[in-house]
Amino acid sequence: MSEVQGPVHVEAEVVATKRIGGYRHLTLTAPGVPERFRAGNFVAVTVEGHVARRALWVHRVRASSSYGPTLDVVVEDRGAGSGTAWLAAQPVGTRLALTGPLGRPFALPKDAVSCLLVGEGYAAAPLFPLAERLRERGCGVSLVVSAPDESRLLAALEARRSARSVTVLTADGSVGLRGTVADHVDDLLRRSDADVVYAAGPHAVLRAAAGAAERAGAWSQVAVETPTPCGTGLCHGCVLPVVGEDGVDRVVRTCADGPVVRGDRVRWEAL
Amino acid sequence: MIPGPVMVAAGCGGTGRELATYCGDDGLDGLDFVTRSITLDARAGGPGPRIEEVPGGLVNAVGLPNPGLEHFLATELPWLVRAGARVIVSIAGATMGEYADLARRLSRAPGVAGLEVNVGAPDEVGVGLFEVREPYHSASVIAAVRREFPADRPVLAKLRPDVSRIVEGARSCHEAGATAVVIGNAVPAAFPDGRSGGLSGPAIAPVALRCVAEVARALPELPTIGCGGVHDLRSANAYLDAGAASVQVGTALLHDPTTVARLRAAFTSSPQED
Repeated sequence: MSEVQGPVHVEAEVVATKRIGGYRHLTLTAPGVPERFRAGNFVAVTVEGHVARRALWVHRVRASSSYGPTLDVVVEDRGAGSGTAWLAAQPVGTRLALTGPLGRPFALPKDAVSCLLVGEGYAAAPLFPLAERLRERGCGVSLVVSAPDESRLLAALEARRSARSVTVLTADGSVGLRGTVADHVDDLLRRSDADVVYAAGPHAVLRAAAGAAERAGAWSQVAVETPTPCGTGLCHGCVLPVVGEDGVDRVVRTCADGPVVRGDRVRWEAL
Repeated sequence: MIPGPVMVAAGCGGTGRELATYCGDDGLDGLDFVTRSITLDARAGGPGPRIEEVPGGLVNAVGLPNPGLEHFLATELPWLVRAGARVIVSIAGATMGEYADLARRLSRAPGVAGLEVNVGAPDEVGVGLFEVREPYHSASVIAAVRREFPADRPVLAKLRPDVSRIVEGARSCHEAGATAVVIGNAVPAAFPDGRSGGLSGPAIAPVALRCVAEVARALPELPTIGCGGVHDLRSANAYLDAGAASVQVGTALLHDPTTVARLRAAFTSSPQED
């Protein structure tokens, strides 16, 4: 890994756009960002005509391609707000102001332990680069990808290279096991024999994964998504209720103090 | 004595560290940085969502989250001072006594270049604060702060940009000892779901500009600092042309964190052109 650190504010360019199920995958060049990226970081982009920025998870980083280093982000295509819909509709060649990588990334275990990665919907994106890093460290990765239905399932096929096992869950049973993360996570954790649980997705998924980890005596880290108006820590507008190391209840910024935090530190009932 | 010409507006620069990343090699060195509003006791801030986007701006009810004076003095202030920022501490209190306490203790803290008194926060933003409905309310707060803070350092009064009351409010603060008035705070507004909040951003620039012009005309001896929708040289110059001595950049930083660095550079090279 290179030594460069901290986020940069640069002009990104859309070099590829692809619709997969209910999501739009944009491939961007953003000078300096892929080099600094660590799994769990996100980026903030400016959307034309909007004051607030759009925070996007990074699904994949390529160190080199015909465009140089690139990063892939996943954008909700259907049922999204007007800003996100604008973003999803941008063709190749569009230039965007982009800030990143932002936030605290996933912490990686020092030893080659076994890990369970649980994600749902587009927000599962950061688990894919995480799986690659974990595999490089010799960790056994069991990946669980969940979605309400098949169209909102992030493609698990390419993750098979990094993961020892891949389990697909859909709430409607359209593909894989039927049910939610909460229904299956204890069982999946037992079978994976994981020491660390990583989760990314809606709050219910994170809470279920963190709870299962606690019951099994495993560590958990969760990538929390809340509305982040600036993404950079400047506005104090994003709210993540946690319990501090000292046992005191606090409210921290999702973007600057998260988005990745220990699962047992989140006050889920206040989120 | 009057900071500027480009300052960071209260509540829009994080703790300073986050902003420094986007300010080039010099970081915050020499930058007039108004902190988020500091209260005597820590405040967790309001529930989410605290900020929502509307056409041309943001509605916020962030609720002044801050670690309280003690923690601020121990951690955030020394960092800002080391970074070379000219630190203007925004203060907010529930009573006049709290404002006086804050001013007294900050007057002894090394590196505090000035104070900005938050007297015009919209209701939901400043829940639990000393209620400022009439000009004499803000004047009494300013007087209490001025008594405790050395006369050679500025005390700024940040007022609500309400054109029907702004001249009266600015005059009262001036008479009570304010060095300058910052115009203005977020405009009282509502979220799309009806909750109360404050509107900021380009949408309020014409409102704040009108207020600055009125005060500059009526009280030419009182320096004003324009705040609201400043994002480039043109929008900054609009305030300066209307008579403001300086401008603050707030919401624009949430849209582009490099705004302050760019504006400072622009002012250094060509202060009055675009």
